[in-house]
Amino acid sequence: MSSPEVATPTAEAAPMPVTPAVVEPAPRKDKPRSLWTDAWYELRRKPLFVISAILITLFVLMAAVPQLFTSADPLAADLNRSLTPPDFGAWFQFGKQGQFGFDLQGADIYARTIYGARASILVGLSAVIGNMLLGGFFGILSGYLGGWTDTLLARFGDIFLGLPFVLGALVILSTFAPVQSNPSAFRITSLVILTFIALGWPSFARIMRAAVLSTKQLDYVHAAQALGARPGRVIFRHVLPNAIAPMVVVGTITLGAYIGAEATLSFLGVGLRQPVVSWGIMIGDSRQYMEAAPYMMAFPAAFLAIAVLSFVMLGDAVRDALDPKLR
Amino acid sequence: MSEVILEVRDLVKHFPIRQGVLFKRVIGQIKAVDGVSLDLHKGETLGIVGESGCGKSTLAKLLMNLEKPTSGEVRYQGRDVLRLNPADQRRLRRNIQLVMQDPYTSLNPRMTVGDIVGEPFDIHPDVAPKRDRRRKVQELLDVVGLNPEHINRYPHQFSGGQRQRIGIARALALKPEVIVCDEPVSALDVSIQAQVMNLLDQLQNEFNLSYIFIAHDLSVVRHIADRVGVMYLGKMVEVGTDDDIYVRPTHPYTQALLSAVPVPDPTVRQHKAVIRLEGDVPSPANPPSGCRFRTRCWKAQEICATEPPLLQIRPTSGHPSACHFAQEKDVVHAG
Repeated sequence: MSSPEVATPTAEAAPMPVTPAVVEPAPRKDKPRSLWTDAWYELRRKPLFVISAILITLFVLMAAVPQLFTSADPLAADLNRSLTPPDFGAWFQFGKQGQFGFDLQGADIYARTIYGARASILVGLSAVIGNMLLGGFFGILSGYLGGWTDTLLARFGDIFLGLPFVLGALVILSTFAPVQSNPSAFRITSLVILTFIALGWPSFARIMRAAVLSTKQLDYVHAAQALGARPGRVIFRHVLPNAIAPMVVVGTITLGAYIGAEATLSFLGVGLRQPVVSWGIMIGDSRQYMEAAPYMMAFPAAFLAIAVLSFVMLGDAVRDALDPKLR
Repeated sequence: MSEVILEVRDLVKHFPIRQGVLFKRVIGQIKAVDGVSLDLHKGETLGIVGESGCGKSTLAKLLMNLEKPTSGEVRYQGRDVLRLNPADQRRLRRNIQLVMQDPYTSLNPRMTVGDIVGEPFDIHPDVAPKRDRRRKVQELLDVVGLNPEHINRYPHQFSGGQRQRIGIARALALKPEVIVCDEPVSALDVSIQAQVMNLLDQLQNEFNLSYIFIAHDLSVVRHIADRVGVMYLGKMVEVGTDDDIYVRPTHPYTQALLSAVPVPDPTVRQHKAVIRLEGDVPSPANPPSGCRFRTRCWKAQEICATEPPLLQIRPTSGHPSACHFAQEKDVVHAG
């Protein structure tokens, strides 16, 4: 049966062979475009996205290989250099130290700021990934199954949501790592990450639940069920790929918020602490020397603000690109 | 007539209406489908018509086992589909497939056409060995009139009619015997409707399919159906061959429906008796006693309120009609 609507967009190029090649189709002129490729196409054209992506790449590089940016040791302290102001001449000279000055202990602030990126990115990224896995799992469960499972999970999540974030984190962290104690770098870092996950998963679960609820009513999900697909297949092939976008967006924005929250807790003395190097610790250390040595606070605070801002901007750009209604 | 392939007996689906915040009480029932019986013969097309909200789509969902019926039976080749164990049910599901109404929402936007049409083979891996699947999918695309080269494209790269063809290819993949078409053309342009219906017709001859064709468009149903059932408020009010229904309707509701069909010929139109129904369709949560149509019927008597009319052959009706006062009346050609 031939009909006009079967005419192909590529028809003007060459008439299609009557017997199609079985192994590989003719050279693919039109690359299949999914929502994600469309989003990527959209994103590349946004200055906001490009700037935040470049900044985030820089921060990730700092976190992964800080040696690229400084040869100084962030833990080496020399009291002779205590509270030396920034040496702006050193900014353009390779191998020199003291670009941002030296702190009370005489450690290089520039090196510490660079090394501080690792803790922030590590905490933010792990907490968001953990939240997405845990919250996503429970969100799918309650959205797809509904009924009692949904009610129980929602009420259980409300317990955590009812707790103000900073208060909750203070309670958890000061219980498991009291302010006077001196936990190892690994222990305190994972504790902070777990605290963020414990307090954050219900909001991720809610977002996922809402997305799953609206997706599971769509016709193609019914079509798969009518074909006899098992729940696992329906969830992973049909529901999840179409319901994950909102969580990705919120995750990106939350990443920035978590970097800020990590600094807050470190500043308060319950989060990360020595020997971990982090922006929050540096800001906390500087608070008594604000007037004498403002550079102790200014540089880590600036890095923190820029990092948070880039993740929030990235999240905004990704949301705009993934939401077809805003296009 | 050929053998009966699908029997539906007294199928009932009531949706509970719940109220309350924490402990939800059931305060009523929406009687979406309320005792529908029908037979589908091999190779025939059974059209089901009725206005919005009369339970057509719920009936389709019940037949597909997407909703659990409140009571009643669906028998496929003599076996009750609803009381089989899950493994047998999956095997049986192969033989009854669904074509959905909206081609824009019935295809997963994240999957290529090849994945969509090939999914039945993934779900029932014993139907086709893995290396044959790509070829089979291309054959299916060819059968429904799509270019087999387009196997790697995504649904949004196709028009509505083409998408509906993809949906039909998916339904054909497992070589079913019965296809339930839930308003398969109502979302399409009129010109595309004709193409899709012709395709369905041609596939029926080619593969000896039986269709249950649900629609609200009477002319579409007349074109494709061998027999027609008319539904009103969850009940079947009249069943017959297409001539029975279109030329010799005996139920007042069918007559009213038919009189509303637009007639293209202006000279005929002038002589056409239009039956205008008063009022709205009653709520399916609280249907009228006795005959459900009585509140809008011009023939209603006392007996209609007390005794629900059975769907049966009557002295005044050569085919089953659920009206105490069934009377033949040719509304379409009335002059």
